[in-house]
Amino acid sequence: MRRALALLPVGLFVLVLLGFMIGLRRDPSILPSMLIGKPLPAFVLAPLRAEEPGFASAELIGEPVLLNVFASWCGPCKEEHPVLLQLKAQGVKIVGLDWKEGATDGARWLAANGDPYVRAGNDASGRTGIDLGVSGVPETFVLDRRGRVRYRQVGAITPEVWSQTIAPLMAKLMAES
Amino acid sequence: MAAEVGQFALILAFVLAVVQAVATLWGAHRGEPVLMALGRAAAVLQGGFVILAFACLAASYVACDFSVALVAQHSNTQQPLAYRFAATWGSHEGSMLLWVLILGIYGAAVSLFGGALRETLQARVLGVQGLIGVAFLGFLIFTSNPFLRLSPVPLEGTELNPLLQDPGLVSHPPLLYLGYVGFSVAFAFAVAALLEGRVDAAWARWVRPWVLAAWVPLTAGITLGSLWAYYELGWGGWWFWDPVENASLMPWLLGTALLHSSLVLERRGALVSWTILLAILTFSLSLVGTFLVRSGILTSVHAFAVDPRRGIYILGIIAVTTGAALGLYAWRAPGLRTGALFAPLSREGGITLNNLFLVALAATVFLGTFSPVFIELVGSDKISVGPPYYARTFAPLAIPLLALVVFGPMLNWKRDAVAAVLRRVRIPAAIAAAAVLIGLVTVGWKGVVSAAALGLAAWLVAGAFAIPARRWWAGRANLARSIRTTPPAVLGLSLAHAGLGLLLLGVTGVSAWHSDKVLTMRPGDSTAFAGRTITLDAVGLADGPNYQARQARFEITGKDGSYAMVGERRAYVTSQTTEAAIHVTPLGNLYISGGDEADGGIVVRLWDHPFIVWIWIGGFAMALGGLVSLSDRRLRLGVAARAPRPALVPAPAE
Repeated sequence: MRRALALLPVGLFVLVLLGFMIGLRRDPSILPSMLIGKPLPAFVLAPLRAEEPGFASAELIGEPVLLNVFASWCGPCKEEHPVLLQLKAQGVKIVGLDWKEGATDGARWLAANGDPYVRAGNDASGRTGIDLGVSGVPETFVLDRRGRVRYRQVGAITPEVWSQTIAPLMAKLMAES
Repeated sequence: MAAEVGQFALILAFVLAVVQAVATLWGAHRGEPVLMALGRAAAVLQGGFVILAFACLAASYVACDFSVALVAQHSNTQQPLAYRFAATWGSHEGSMLLWVLILGIYGAAVSLFGGALRETLQARVLGVQGLIGVAFLGFLIFTSNPFLRLSPVPLEGTELNPLLQDPGLVSHPPLLYLGYVGFSVAFAFAVAALLEGRVDAAWARWVRPWVLAAWVPLTAGITLGSLWAYYELGWGGWWFWDPVENASLMPWLLGTALLHSSLVLERRGALVSWTILLAILTFSLSLVGTFLVRSGILTSVHAFAVDPRRGIYILGIIAVTTGAALGLYAWRAPGLRTGALFAPLSREGGITLNNLFLVALAATVFLGTFSPVFIELVGSDKISVGPPYYARTFAPLAIPLLALVVFGPMLNWKRDAVAAVLRRVRIPAAIAAAAVLIGLVTVGWKGVVSAAALGLAAWLVAGAFAIPARRWWAGRANLARSIRTTPPAVLGLSLAHAGLGLLLLGVTGVSAWHSDKVLTMRPGDSTAFAGRTITLDAVGLADGPNYQARQARFEITGKDGSYAMVGERRAYVTSQTTEAAIHVTPLGNLYISGGDEADGGIVVRLWDHPFIVWIWIGGFAMALGGLVSLSDRRLRLGVAARAPRPALVPAPAE
């Protein structure tokens, strides 16, 4: 009995280690490739801001746009937020997906911190996030004119990420017809 | 030049770590005093060379040597000297070097001051530390070399992330690492005990101060991190359940359990194999914490350069160290002697219960932190958990633990009686009941939960004070003498438990009664908020050493008097930060964060945070309690081995 008990920690540890190893292989470097170049999975989002309707994936076609997944309970989102506000001021189109919380929480958060989104929707169940393969917030997808995913940013958009990666890509997408 | 010297010192340290590990482990196995002495010398030399390497990197930073790639990436000439120095550990490579530095210093300390230990035990402890040193020095040299040169040499470097240019950064990571790495000593002792196949009194006396010496800086480091996030990140929160915060909380929870169980081991010789297991797990979680930040397996504000290759290396280190230690545990632990018996209602029993709660709390945080990884493995769903998860799981476990804290030190060793224990806590219980009543009168029935939490906080503080007070009451015939002769360990215990109560007071206050408001203000505008009138006086520009600031000056009149506050929005070369204006009082903070400009004014966010300051006072009180306890003669290293001193200190009454 004592021997079996003493074996328990090492057994559990091996399981956890296996989990880490598989997790490390999967996450997050492989995920971007799964949606890149493909259209977004279809979704329709509930409204977030009281005065306007939510939006559907079909509405994201027409011009290049950033789809930003955020939540009021997410620390790094606060970090990212000023960058998004700045981008909005520069005329970048950003749509917001409020993930895994009630619409009132998200709306209040936007009211408090500034609202960088041209359209915003609420995904309280997290279902759309799962379809998108979102593993954590914030996450941002760069969509081209035809609504295809061209880049996926896991984690906050920092000024460096913007200037080095996303801005050149957006310029290219703008030039595409 | 300095970089090459540093690189060479690092390689020498690596070789010395190999020598240290092989000589001590082999020497202890064969009983060769010469080999063991060689290992001890190698440990001291390794410490010296790691210090040299660290000094070389720091010198490159201070001298702005941009030919060193790392310096060019994290420092520039406009950065003030203190932050150029602090930038030494502001990067992934630099912080790993700091890790190795502390490890090397601890190794040298065990070698220099561990003469009182049985020679083979000391050798094996050094051997295990040597192996950890080999792993981390190898990690540094082969995957994250801090001394890489850059050609052509840039004229100016990229600055350190402005969020990190703060006194908090100068002390937060070193404190955390002192804690993380400190637990490596306990780990080394645990593995050495398993190798030896026996645990004796000298072992227990040695482990406890080391655990305490790791726990104190870790506690202070976590508190400081929370404080830093509060005033620097500019959104008024104090704990975010961010993966990296959790990474420091998990070893803290287990380390706290270890601190208590090692007390039982030291005093009563019980909980032997449990303490060893805790020592192994605590250090493993410290490693997991390192892994978490660097692997990119989870994303976080604090994440360093994300590189899965580094993650795999650290995962390898964890697999080998923890795997081998737990394997050894499975093999050897059943053969360790079982300790003295105790009744369920006894000090030992109380500490066992405390340990169960703390381990469960650590498991909760572990599951919450890693759920995105594990749930993905089980199903296809990807989820991540936020504060709601912790509110539902962490709090229900923490509250009973907090309620039980007061009983622990009131219990007798070996066995106790229910009626006697209840009689001992009657005064704290009365004070707690009074606090609940006062709470109910102030906030009414709707605030019954917060009133109960206030009562719990009062219960903790009064219960903590009751420990020395009972002692002094017993010795009231000669009060001055009985106060003077109170062992520091008792005062430390009292202070630490009271700190927990103060922490709870802060958490309750800010969770139950905080309020906030957002508005656009032009100079001259006033607004009423939380019993105060806040006027935006003026907005102006100011120059800092390496940034430009837009300052907003506020005049406040109201319940806490009249005063002025200045908030800043700083533009650094590459990014912006918000320096919130915070008015601190024991009853609550007013937190003003001035944001973007909007139609002729600025967006101003106001927060009222009742009692929040007690969160950090409580945290630091806990750390201070640990420090006071560490100063106790009973725990001082080596003392136990010398001839017993004349009994100046009366035996503890409890």
